[in-house]
This record gives sequence, C-alpha cells and structure tokens, in this order.
Amino acid sequence: MFKHLKQLTSLFAMIAVLFAFTTEAMAKKSKTLKNTQKKGFVRCGVSQGLPGFSNADASGNWTGIDVDVCRAVAAAVLGDANKVKFTPLSAKERFTALTSGEIDVLARNTTWTLSRDADIGLTFVGVNFYDGQGFMVRKSSGITSVDQFKNGISACTNIGTTTELNMRDFFNSRGISYEPVAFEKADEVVAAYDAGRCDTYTTDKSGLAAQRTKMKNPDEHIVLPETISKEPLGPVVRQGDAVWEDIVRWSLNTMIEAEEYGITSSNADSMKTSDNPQIKRLVGAEGEMGAAFGLDNEWNLRIIKQVGNYGESYKRNIADTGILPDRGPNQLWTKGGILYVPPAR
Amino acid sequence: MNNKIKRILPQLLTILFVVFVFGFFTINAQVNMDNRGIDFGFGFLSQEASFDMQFTLLDYDGQDSYLWAYVVALLNTLLVSFLGIIFCTILGVVIGVARLSQNFLIKNSAAWYVEFFRNIPLLLQIFFWYYAALRALPLPENAQPWFGVTYMTIKGYYIPSMIWENLNVFMSCLIAAIVAIIFLRVYAKKIQEREGKQLPVLYISLALITILPLLSFLIGGVTLDFEMPVLKQLAQTSFIFEGGIALPPELIALVLALSLYTSTFVAECVRAGIQGISKGQKEAAASVGLTPNQILKLVIMPQALRIIIPPTTNQYLNLTKNSSLAAAIAYPDLVLVFAGTALMQTGKAIEIVGITMLTYLSISLAIAALMNWYNKRIEIKEK
Repeated sequence: MFKHLKQLTSLFAMIAVLFAFTTEAMAKKSKTLKNTQKKGFVRCGVSQGLPGFSNADASGNWTGIDVDVCRAVAAAVLGDANKVKFTPLSAKERFTALTSGEIDVLARNTTWTLSRDADIGLTFVGVNFYDGQGFMVRKSSGITSVDQFKNGISACTNIGTTTELNMRDFFNSRGISYEPVAFEKADEVVAAYDAGRCDTYTTDKSGLAAQRTKMKNPDEHIVLPETISKEPLGPVVRQGDAVWEDIVRWSLNTMIEAEEYGITSSNADSMKTSDNPQIKRLVGAEGEMGAAFGLDNEWNLRIIKQVGNYGESYKRNIADTGILPDRGPNQLWTKGGILYVPPAR
Repeated sequence: MNNKIKRILPQLLTILFVVFVFGFFTINAQVNMDNRGIDFGFGFLSQEASFDMQFTLLDYDGQDSYLWAYVVALLNTLLVSFLGIIFCTILGVVIGVARLSQNFLIKNSAAWYVEFFRNIPLLLQIFFWYYAALRALPLPENAQPWFGVTYMTIKGYYIPSMIWENLNVFMSCLIAAIVAIIFLRVYAKKIQEREGKQLPVLYISLALITILPLLSFLIGGVTLDFEMPVLKQLAQTSFIFEGGIALPPELIALVLALSLYTSTFVAECVRAGIQGISKGQKEAAASVGLTPNQILKLVIMPQALRIIIPPTTNQYLNLTKNSSLAAAIAYPDLVLVFAGTALMQTGKAIEIVGITMLTYLSISLAIAALMNWYNKRIEIKEK
C-alpha cells in the first residue's frame, strides 16, 4: 500500500516538474505566436460589413479601424500588414469563434464589459474606439430627442449585443413600453427599419452613422443627440496566452502613442535619428522593446510604416468616409479627448 | 458457444466504439474548456435574462430567468409549428385532391402550385414574404380596414380582442354540446347497425353546437365585447394601433412560408395515397350504389389514409425543424432567443446548443409518436 503511494507521489512530482518546465518555456514563446508565424498569417475575426470599422470592398479588400488593428499585429509578428486572414462573424458567432480557436484576434466593434471579460474565457486588450448607444429616427417623424418617445414604439436592433440589454434598461427606467424587433444580421436590421417596420433603430452611435450611409435615402434619417450607454469597443483575445495578449495590446498602443509623438507612416524612418528617446523607442532605434514578446526590435516601426498611427487610421477610415468627421472622445488626451495609453518603454 | 461469441462480439465492439467516441468528445471538450477558463454548468438558467422579447404567449419580462425565457421561446416555436401544420394540412389535402380533378384548369393550376412552391428554397420564400410581400403593406396611418375592423399593416395584423363575461358558463355549454354530439354519434351508429336506419347526424350536431352556446348568451348571462384596435399617434409620421391583438408580421410571414412550402409535399402524399387505391375498389363501391361522396368518405379515404399518414408525418417533422429559420426574420423562436441571445449573453455555448438540440429532438419524437399512434389506429386489423 505504502509502496504504491510512494510511487504515485513521485509520479505526481515528475508531472509537476515537467509541467513547470513547459509553462516556463511557453512564457518565453507564445503558442499562438508560434502558430501564427508557422501559418504565415494572422487569423482575425471582423464584422460582416460595418463601414469605417471593418468593411470589404468589391474585390475583397478589408478596410476599417478594426481591420487596422489586425494589420498592425500582422506587421509586428510577420513583417507584412497584408498577411491577415479575415473571418466575417455575426455578433452571435464572434466569441465562440475566438474561444474555439478559429481566430486569434477578434476586432469586431465589441464592447468591453465585466461579464464578457470575466466569464466567457476572453480577454480585452484595450479600447480602439469609445462609443455609446444612440437612436436613429426618421426626420419626418419630428422626433428630436428620446424624451419624445411614447408607449408602443417599436425598436429594431441586433440580437446578442449589449444593445439589446441597454435598450431594455433605457425604456424600463423611463417606464415606456416598447416592441423590440431583434435580427441576427445588421443588414436585416437596416432593411427592416428602412422599410418602416420600426420607428427607431438603436445600436452604437458609430454603427448608426455608418449604417445610415447604407440607407435608401440617408438624408431622411437623423441620429438623436442622447447617448444612453458607455460602449468602449476594443480588440479581444483568448484567455490563457499572456504573450499574445501583450502583442495585440501593444500593437494598438503603439499606433496611439505614435500619433501622440507625431510619428506617421511617412516620417517613421527619419524619426530613428530623433533626439527624443521615447520616439526612438517607438521606432525601434533604442532599447529592446520586442524581446519580451519574442519579436525583433523593429516590430513597432513596421506597424507605423505599414498601417500608420491611430490618427491616420481614423482619418482614412472614419473621418474621410464621412461617417464621423468629428473625433469626439476618440481624440488624444493631449488634445481634449480620452485616448491615453501607457508609455512604451 | 462459438456461435454465441460470433453473435455478441460485433455488438460489443459497436457499444465500445460508441462509448469511446462519446468519451473522447466529452473529455476533449472538458480539457479545452478548462484551458480556456470556461466553466460548464446549468446554473445560468436561474439567472435574470435581462432582455426583452417582441412576442410572447405567456407573460415574460426581462426580469425573469433564462429558464422562463426558454419556455416562452419554446412556446413560440410550438405556436408556429402548430399553425403551420394545421394550414399545410388543409391546403395540402385541397391541392392533392385538386391534382386528381377531371377539370383541366383545376388540375393544372394545382400542379403548377406544387412545382412552384416545392422548388424554391424555403429560406428564400421566408425572405420573400417578409421583406417583399409584407413590405408592400401600408403604414398604420394609411391602412384601410379589412372586414371593417381588422387592419393589415407593415407593423403587423391588428384584430379586435374579445372581452368575455361569464366565460366559464359559455365554455361549459360548449363542452356539453360536444359531449352530446359524441353520444349522438355512438347512438346513431347503434341504430344503423340494428335497424339500418341513418340519422341526420350532421344536422343535429350543427344545431347542438350553435343552439347550446347561444342559449348561454340569452339566459346564462354571458356577454361578449370587442376591443377594437385604435390608431394612435406616436410622433408626426409615426403611428401604431392600440388595443386589440397584434399579430407581428414576422409570425405571419413565417407561418405563410412554412405552410405554403410544406403543403406541396403534403399534397403529393395525398395524391399518392388516393392513387394508391386500385380502381376496382371505386367501381365496386359504385356498383353497390354508393354516391361519389360516400365512395370517397367510406371506401377510398380510410384506405388512402394508411398510405398518406407515414410520409406526411415526415413533412410535419420537417416543418417543425424548418421553423428554426425564424431566426432570419426576427421571430423570437427557440433558436433566435435561446440559441441566439441567451447564448450570447451567457457564453454557455455547449450547454445551450445541447439543450436546444434535445428540445427539437423531443418535439420531433413527440409528433412522430402521435402520428404513429394514429397510424396504428387506422391500419388494417387482421382478424
């Protein structure tokens, strides 16, 4: 009996030691990073088409600020911002796709909430767009504020989003009875609202602004001024790979900090000789900023050169397309916004 | 001995294989979920659902639990399936009989109907009814009444609701009438067997079922009022009907598409059943002096039903399973609400998909059992 026990304990000890070694080794080199480098592309989950965030053109080229996060990761770990495989996902499918390992980064205008971060096996790495839920109505209805909503109003929205929950909180707190009409795909919501099935269409305000451009006649619709919730949108990774999480987090941070220091895709190379050590660190000319991730030293330079800084990405995708020309809270903290990232050093 | 092993061994291997496959997938799922920090469990069912549903048969509010949301969504699925089965049966029988008509026009239009609706994918038909056909309906403020009191609009079909007083008296009268009719039929059959005399069962039944409930109004103190839908202005150009009952366009489109599509298959089952009865039966029945109606009712149909029921059961099962396409047009059925919203909010993918699959399996098995029982009842009894 005791002999067996002894054998058993030694077996356990051996397994424990082995386990300790493997985790030690894994900390140095992330499994997801290794797989990504082996495959030669970053597997990225995006929306099924939201202008400004992730949208494919007729020839299948993806653009948008969410898309740029994935491109930044590809530039950092593979050296080429184009080495991304995009998987369009519905709101319902997105988290399962990530936790099941079908994708490695989810950049799909996803709201960071406690329950999502804690429950589902996901980790949010940052915020690339500060948003809030709003309402769109037909101009002809004469409604200019949510205060004019009355009992019996019908509201079109998506299923499986925080929108559905916020909407209920909003109408309940005001004691208004409403008819929720929830579709699986954003295009179906827009089609139903546009046809007159609903009096109002509710989702994140950036989404409203983007979808408005898809309507039969965009000028007939207005977005009401009120914001009923906080919707910090950001990229998400699977729980359990701390190094990969850091790579995605700092790829995004690099873009934002590059804007803060005035580094753009066109002047990044010349910044290598800057006098400011923080700028030099951001373009890989000082320190060992990539070693901790298992990357080379110019990973951040490649992001800035190939994708650009956050301001460039915003301008290209959201401002110039006429979706939200005003950056609002998504301006740098130094310019009155709330974009503030920890320093890369 | 050798034979025994030969018999048992394959069965044993099969069982082992099944156990192994199940075990492998269970352990695999467990390991993966552990690695990703996902817990397995059904505790979420008692949590507050905190989302609303557009259309429910029972009282539901976001404060209720996920379990209650599941029940309410399941009822929505059953409602669509039930309505679909009723309509597709009626339509299917009519079209099936019409295909055998002597009239060239009726015969050919029935054939065209079947070929048309059978060969277009169901999802497309649902989209057609929801996005094209119902979209052509007027907004509430422009709606003209149908039958004077109901309004068909893009936001739904509004009908008056009934407000009863002493409903229980009315219901007892109705039940009494039905019981009386059952007794009448039994009695009439006895009379016919003993004396060969036929009682006018149909007329007496009709009289019973109209007169008894009518009496409840006259002397039972039963009253019935209607609450009419009334147009209400929400904003300058935004109107809605208030009062009465609102049938959402999602429900209408879904029932329409499901019953039109499935009725074509039912029609073919009915046609096959009738054609499966040999001509001699009909001729023999005619030669003993039965009228064409009696031939259909007493000779052809009882035999045809035996051929019709089994394949029609399949169609009912298909309709029920196809009702899950509701998710495409925002009808809050089990798939949209439970395997959609609830799955999203809780992240319990394996549990919720498992429950949903088991639910559909149970519904299908229940329908199959019911139809098998009916089939047993009408099948030839060897004496």
